[in-house]
Amino acid sequence: MSWHRTFTVARTDIRQLVLAKDFWMPMSILGSIFFVVVPLVLLFSIASLGDVDAVQNIADTLEVLPAKAQAQIKGDTPQGRTSYALAVFLFAPMAVVVPLTISTAVGAATLVGERERGTGEFLAHSPAATKEIYLGKLMASLVPGYLTTMVGFTLYSLIVNLIVGPEVGGWFFPTQQWWLLMLWVLPGFLLIGLSLVLRLSGRVKSTAAAQQASGLITLPLIAVSYAQASGAIYGTITTTIMIGAIAWFIGLVSTSRGMSGIRRQRLLGVADGV
Amino acid sequence: MNTVAHTPAVALQGVHKSFNDTPALTDLEVVAPNGKITVLLGPNGAGKTTAIRCITGAMSADSGSVRTLGLDPERDGEEVRSQCGVVSARPALYDRLTGWDNLIYAAELHSVERRIMKDRIRVSAERFGIEQSLDVQVGGYSTGMKTRLALARSVLHEPQLLLFDEPTSGLDPESAQAVLKLIREMTADGHTIVMCTHHLVEAEGLADHVIMLDGGTDLVSGQPGDLTRTFWPEDSVDISIDDDPSILGDLSIIAGVRSAEPMNRGVRVILDDPSVTPDVVSAIVHAGARVTRVVPHEPTLEDLYFAVRRDAHDLGESMPKEMAR
Repeated sequence: MSWHRTFTVARTDIRQLVLAKDFWMPMSILGSIFFVVVPLVLLFSIASLGDVDAVQNIADTLEVLPAKAQAQIKGDTPQGRTSYALAVFLFAPMAVVVPLTISTAVGAATLVGERERGTGEFLAHSPAATKEIYLGKLMASLVPGYLTTMVGFTLYSLIVNLIVGPEVGGWFFPTQQWWLLMLWVLPGFLLIGLSLVLRLSGRVKSTAAAQQASGLITLPLIAVSYAQASGAIYGTITTTIMIGAIAWFIGLVSTSRGMSGIRRQRLLGVADGV
Repeated sequence: MNTVAHTPAVALQGVHKSFNDTPALTDLEVVAPNGKITVLLGPNGAGKTTAIRCITGAMSADSGSVRTLGLDPERDGEEVRSQCGVVSARPALYDRLTGWDNLIYAAELHSVERRIMKDRIRVSAERFGIEQSLDVQVGGYSTGMKTRLALARSVLHEPQLLLFDEPTSGLDPESAQAVLKLIREMTADGHTIVMCTHHLVEAEGLADHVIMLDGGTDLVSGQPGDLTRTFWPEDSVDISIDDDPSILGDLSIIAGVRSAEPMNRGVRVILDDPSVTPDVVSAIVHAGARVTRVVPHEPTLEDLYFAVRRDAHDLGESMPKEMAR
């Protein structure tokens, strides 16, 4: 297996995505909405409202959070505690939704797209092994979603620290759990989603069919990830590490099976059963 | 070393391939000699593209033996494909990338050394006349330019075997001629070329070796001259006249003439001895006909193609195939 060829496939796919304005514009907007617009509006509203009943009511509902999570909440005022809880706990799952949505959109089109455009013929006749092609495509699908998320996460951190920081005694974000979520748990879930979507992309007849079918995979996966991401944030460090480890294990097994399962002939305009 | 030199670049024996229950290749035999242009000639759906795909290992044959450059593409796929340059019927280029980026991509997949990569790209681009367009996105290329870029890409890694699948499809006659000229020039470098086409005119004059396919099987194969001699062993001459051929009487009574077949405004005379042509012309003039043209009949690939297909359909496909073997 040649890593050079794998990276070449990944780099060329990413380069094509960068050149496709019609792809990255909507994706950037999606990331902005989740990481910038919604938190900005919500946190700014709470900060501006002051110590009113509505904020007090939200503060009261924080009691439903697990005891460990409640113990982490900083701030002396209901306003500060509410903002802190929203920033740290409420927005955690969106960190999973954005990259999964973007990466599966890329991944769904990747193999079947080569076939539709006729470029699969070039890849099929090239010395690149199907494993290298599969892995290169997986990387190329993972990078845009993860990169958007990391950029969004950086902006989100700035917003949270600037708006909520003064209420809770200074900059506090990202917390330890968030670091683990972003750097350990999230890539594992992305790997699971993409390995499944790429296998699907190698089997269906058209990009449209791949995108329809990938929805069937990603929606339940988003639901599971959503729950697990929340758990990772609410739970202990050990829980977070465990959740990430399980996700990585499943993701790696699924990727390994995907690499062995893809057939060169699937890149061509004609394939058995397709 | 001698064994390698005598091993044909491509040898397919008894190859079968089906898509679901539809046969694409049936008992296909293909032998492409080294350093020659072998043309796979056949109508659409004859199995030409599937044969090319089996040769590189892009597709697996269901049964039979495939040897490319002496290797099994199933087992040694990477080695085989790194020695093959392929131009598909659709040029298979990345429209969003520039010509340069398309060539870089191919060079890197073929592990061309980084220090010589740029020079190779420039040389290939110049050879096919696209060096001025390398910075342009391929989506803006004409069909002819795309074919030239695909040709340049196919030779970047200096492959031993070039496989061209309908390289002139979609091109205007001028561009098609230019592409064929470039292909012809490539054999001067010692390349072995296997080219698929359904254009008889393209194959004529280009092919050192012809394999006619139909229905996924080979009907005949060999050098064009040998094949035409197999189908038309006798010399013949086409004589055009201004009158109805019925006035000529029986020309076979002339010594050295085997038979005569009336044609539209003329007659084709099959000769045992070509030197009696003046006697035949004299007899025709004597019969009162005005001779307008006398042309020795040299069967073209087109004649051969239709003769082979006619025989295949009249007598069952095994006849010409067996004859060729």
